[in-house]
Parts: sequence; C-alpha cells; structure tokens
Amino acid sequence: MSEEKYIPKSKIAQWFDSRLPLLSMAHHLREYPTPKNLNYWWTFGGILTFCLITQIITGVVLAMHYVAHADLAFESIEHIMRNVNYGWLLRYVHANGASMFFLAVYIHIFRALFYGSYKAPREMIWIIGMIIYILMMATAFMGYVLPWGQMSFWGATVITNLFSAIPLVGEGIVTWLWGGFAVDNPTLTRFFSLHYFLPFLIVGLVVLHIWALHIPGNNNPIGIDIKQRSKDTVPFSPYIAVKDLYALLIFLIIFAGIVFFVPNILGHTDNYIKANPMVTPSHIVPEWYLLPFYAILRAVPSKLGGVIAMFGSLFILIILPWLDTSKVRSAVFRPLYKIFFWILVADVLALGYLGAMVPEGWYLFFGRLATIYYFVHFLLIMPILGFKEKTLPLPTSISEPVLDGKN
Amino acid sequence: MNASYLLLTTIIILLVAFLYLSWIFVSNEIENKDKSKTNRRDFLYTASYTLGAVGVAAAAWPLIHQMNPDASVKALSTTEVDISTIELGKSITVLWRGKPVFIRRRTQEEIVEAQNIKLSDLKDPQDDKDRVKKPEWLVMLGVCTHLGCVPLGNKGDYKGWFCPCHGSHYDTSGRIRKGPAPTNLEIPKYEFIDNNTIKIG
Ligand code: HEM
Ligand code: FES
Repeated sequence: MSEEKYIPKSKIAQWFDSRLPLLSMAHHLREYPTPKNLNYWWTFGGILTFCLITQIITGVVLAMHYVAHADLAFESIEHIMRNVNYGWLLRYVHANGASMFFLAVYIHIFRALFYGSYKAPREMIWIIGMIIYILMMATAFMGYVLPWGQMSFWGATVITNLFSAIPLVGEGIVTWLWGGFAVDNPTLTRFFSLHYFLPFLIVGLVVLHIWALHIPGNNNPIGIDIKQRSKDTVPFSPYIAVKDLYALLIFLIIFAGIVFFVPNILGHTDNYIKANPMVTPSHIVPEWYLLPFYAILRAVPSKLGGVIAMFGSLFILIILPWLDTSKVRSAVFRPLYKIFFWILVADVLALGYLGAMVPEGWYLFFGRLATIYYFVHFLLIMPILGFKEKTLPLPTSISEPVLDGKN
Repeated sequence: MNASYLLLTTIIILLVAFLYLSWIFVSNEIENKDKSKTNRRDFLYTASYTLGAVGVAAAAWPLIHQMNPDASVKALSTTEVDISTIELGKSITVLWRGKPVFIRRRTQEEIVEAQNIKLSDLKDPQDDKDRVKKPEWLVMLGVCTHLGCVPLGNKGDYKGWFCPCHGSHYDTSGRIRKGPAPTNLEIPKYEFIDNNTIKIG
C-alpha cells in the first residue's frame, strides 16, 4: 500500500532502522489505515492474539512441572494442582484459555462469514486462517491428552482410530501414530512434543495471516472497497487499538470469572480419573469446541463415510471463497443471505448440542438433518444465492450513509 | 553392514551428487546467460532437482519411521493367562500389547445361540466355529472395531457386548450385529498351552 517513507527522529534510531527496519514496521502497524466503521466483531483478532500468547506462556511454565510419561502424567497434574505455587491458577488459565481461544475463533470466523471477508481479494487471509484453525484443533486435542485421565485416553483412542477408516493403509497409519498397538506411553510423549511445537507454528502462520491482511487492508461492516487514507479511514493507533483493548478487557472479565468461580464447568469429571485402558467411560465426548464435527462424524452410518463427512465439512470451508458466487461482500446488503447466515449459526449450534448427546432416536435423526443442512448451505445455497438474490444498492463510501441525513 | 549405515551412505552420496550438480548449474547460470534453447543446463537442472528430491525423501524416512513401534514395544508380544478360575458364564479382561482381551467361558445357551444363526443375517459373516478353538472359550480383543472403545459385556440387543461410544451391538460370538462398527471383534493369535493356560500372541 502507498505509505510515505518513515524516517526515525534520532540518529541512533536511523542507524538501526536502515540496517533492520523494525522501527519502520512498528510505524506501519501504528499508522496502518483502518476503516473507521469497524464494529466490535472486529476486535476478536486482537483477542485471539492475546489468547495465543497466554496459552504459550502458561504452557511453557506448566511444562516445567508436567511429566510426559504414562505412569506419572496424571500424578504430575495433581502435583501441579496441589503443590506447585499458583499451579492451580496456571493450569486453570491454560485449560479454560483453550476454551476462550475457541470461543473467540468461532466468533471471528462467523464474523468473516457474515461480512464476506473471505471473498476476493482476501482469500489468502481466509485460507491461512483456516489452517490456523485446524492446527488449533490438533493442538488442543493433543493438549487434552496430556493430563492422562479417562477422557484424555479415550478421546485419543477414538480420534486416532478415525484414521483406521482409510482403506488399506489405515491400520498402518494408526499404529504409526500410536507408536504401539494401542494408545500408550509412546503416544503420550509424541503428543507432548507436538503440543509444544504446534503453537509456535501457529505464531508463524499468524504473522502470514496479518501480512496477507495488510496487503488489501481490512474489510468493514458495509463490505465496500475503500480508498486507504481517505476520510473513510483512521490510523490503527490509537483509534482501533483502544477499541481492541476495551473489548479485550471485557473478554478478560469473563475469562477471569470462569477461571476463579467455575474453573471446571467446561471440563469433564471423568478426566479426574486416571487413564484405564480396560474400561471406557460410559459416555465419551470431546471438548465442546469439537462437538459439531463429532456430530457430523456420527451422523453417517458408515465408518469411512463419517470420517469423510467430518473432514469434508472443514475442506468446504477452505474453498468457500469459490463456492460463494455473490459479488456483494457484506450481508447487510444481502437480505436473503442474512437469513441463511443465521440459519447456519443455528445449525452449527444444534450440531454442537447433538454432538454431546447419545446418537439414538431423535438425536440421531436431528443430527443427520443438521449435517445435511450444513452441506446444503455451502454446496447449494451459497452458489445459487449469488445468482438469484437481489442485493440492496451499495453506498459509494463509508461516509456516505452517515452524512446523508445531515447534509 | 547394517541397514542404517547403508541408508546413511546412500544419503551422503545423493547429497554430494546433488551439491555437485547444483554447483555446475549455478556456475553455468553465471557464465552463460543465453536461455534460448534446451541445453545441457536444462538437463542438469532437472537432474539435480530429481536427485535432490530423492535425497530429501531418503533423509525423511528415519524421521518418519522413528514413530513406528520400537523394539521394546514389539518385544511385549505374548502374554500367558491362567483361566482355571473363570466360572461358567463369566469373563475376564487381560491386557495384551496395551489392548484389553476378553476371555469368556460361554454357557451352553450362548454357544447354541452363536451357532444357530443364519450367516446371511450377519454384517460380517463368519461362522462361530471359525472364531473359537474350543466352543466354551471365546477369546477376542475387547476393542470395538468402530473407533476402539471397550464394549461392555452382557449388554446390548444380542446379549453379547454393547459399545457405549457410538452404539455398536455384538452377539455372543462377538460378531457385529447393529451399529456403526464395520467388522466383528478381532480374534488375536492365541493357543491353549494346557487346559488351564492360554498364551496370547
Ligand atoms: C495453541 C495454543 C494451545 C492450546 C489451544 C492448548 C490447549 C491445551 C489443552 C486443552 C490442555 C488440556 C488442559 C487440561 O484439561 O488440563 C493443555 C494442556 C497442556 N498444555 Fe497446552 N495448549 C496450547 C499451547 C501450549 C504450549 C505452547 C505449551 C508449552 C509447552 C503447552 C503445554 C501444556 C502442558 C504441559 C499441558 C498439560 C498440563 C495441563 O493439562 O494443564 N500448551 N493444553
Ligand atoms: S467405538 Fe464402539 S461404537 Fe464407536
């Protein structure tokens, strides 16, 4: 983007910046022109960055006390909870932090769906975001195995067994993932290694995500292209920075409320029982943020089919920029899409609820219905709407609708 | 000479060849800017990339293979079990290679039920005779063939096993009858050492 060349004031800073332009980069981030109409749904990017940093910091210190061994892991978690100074706090922040991270990412993704932020020229931002989301799920899944409780063990067993559905090589892949003939110590140690590593990979992808964002600039609630550095934009700092911080504070109040008052509300009591390879808990469920996918998995009455549907539901999201044929970005000007958007939200919430239920009778029936609708939304409704829908007239600038009434 | 040395040598040879060819390629590029026709340089270009890819693949293999079961895991491959204390109609669960194995002393009723079934009614047709060495003793992996949970005994619509995870029903021979599991509960390799002892694995 066009930006006047930044020259630091002091001689030392100039010396430094001409050798390593970190100051120029900081300047770019401060001055970066942002649409002036960004609403609170745009604050979740900052919140997500905060969440990632929190997980890494609490994770690294937890790893100072945690022992990745099948005989000791469960005891080491109890040790963290009882003996380590503030260990309970660190663990509750890390465990609930994962939930808050996913809460934020889901809001962030649905924001993009509503305002059409995934459309040209922002496809790369969207695709990198999806890769981040998939890596987050992998990281959280492996983190949940580390305490080596009953849910850890059986969650790991069920999820890794998904790969056994692949014809011919499936069994080999599962043995390779386990490093044995069942989930056991080798599985735990490699999960710990990857759980430690993946978040740093995510950090790298976040950098790419933001880089890709800073090429076309932010989308905005009315979704029109705007000229950067015009009366439609404001510098990121202080305007957007302060708004992001305010939203982060509200988010932190909720986060702290959970950590201090109901730290186990999102957890499962079975995970306070040590892993036992001989007994499966009577009702195993994944963490809440994976439930919609779990519902899709179980909706299909065939093992391979269920696995394909589950991965397919993610893949469809990746190619969404090419499934949506509408030229108009924001749902504000798409009266029909707006309705379908809210139906999709309800559908995903329903899948999440059904994923936690025993798949029998009506639960199974609605699970199937919701699964079918999910695919119909992306594969039929989205492409067709672009041709059929009569969209509302777009304003030519952000200032226009605001100033209209006044002059 | 063992396999890993062989592998290492191959990798080193390939890497050297790769470096040599890359060097030729780069020096050619510098000396001669003429790009009009396909020539020796293009050949070297392709050849060096191919060799490079082979080298990288060879180097990746140890990194991938280290995740497969190691020697100590594979060494634990047999377990001997005393079955003299199991009463009629009862079962025990033992751990073999980290997996639960059900050993059930079946009642006459269960055996009859398992044998008198039309094979065509089964999702994964298998005769009960092919699943046991002695009809009284059913030995099988307690691992649901759907996604690996441990099914519960004396439960389900077929009086055999029921998997609570996603609702698979198995009969008194451990054959899948209803639910998402694709195949019957697996029979491990085992033998009767004497009347009171089974060796699994
Ligand atoms: C993307 C960022 C991350 C996410 C979403 C995440 C998620 C999780 C989850 C869900 C758990 C299970 C918590 C429980 O139920 O007890 C966990 C545990 C753990 N994580 Fe992470 N984590 C992240 C980053 C990290 C990092 C960078 C480390 C650094 C080593 C780390 C170290 C640990 C350790 C040692 C445990 C076991 C202790 C415990 O269970 O509280 N995590 N993580
Ligand atoms: S694991 Fe047994 S039914 Fe799914």
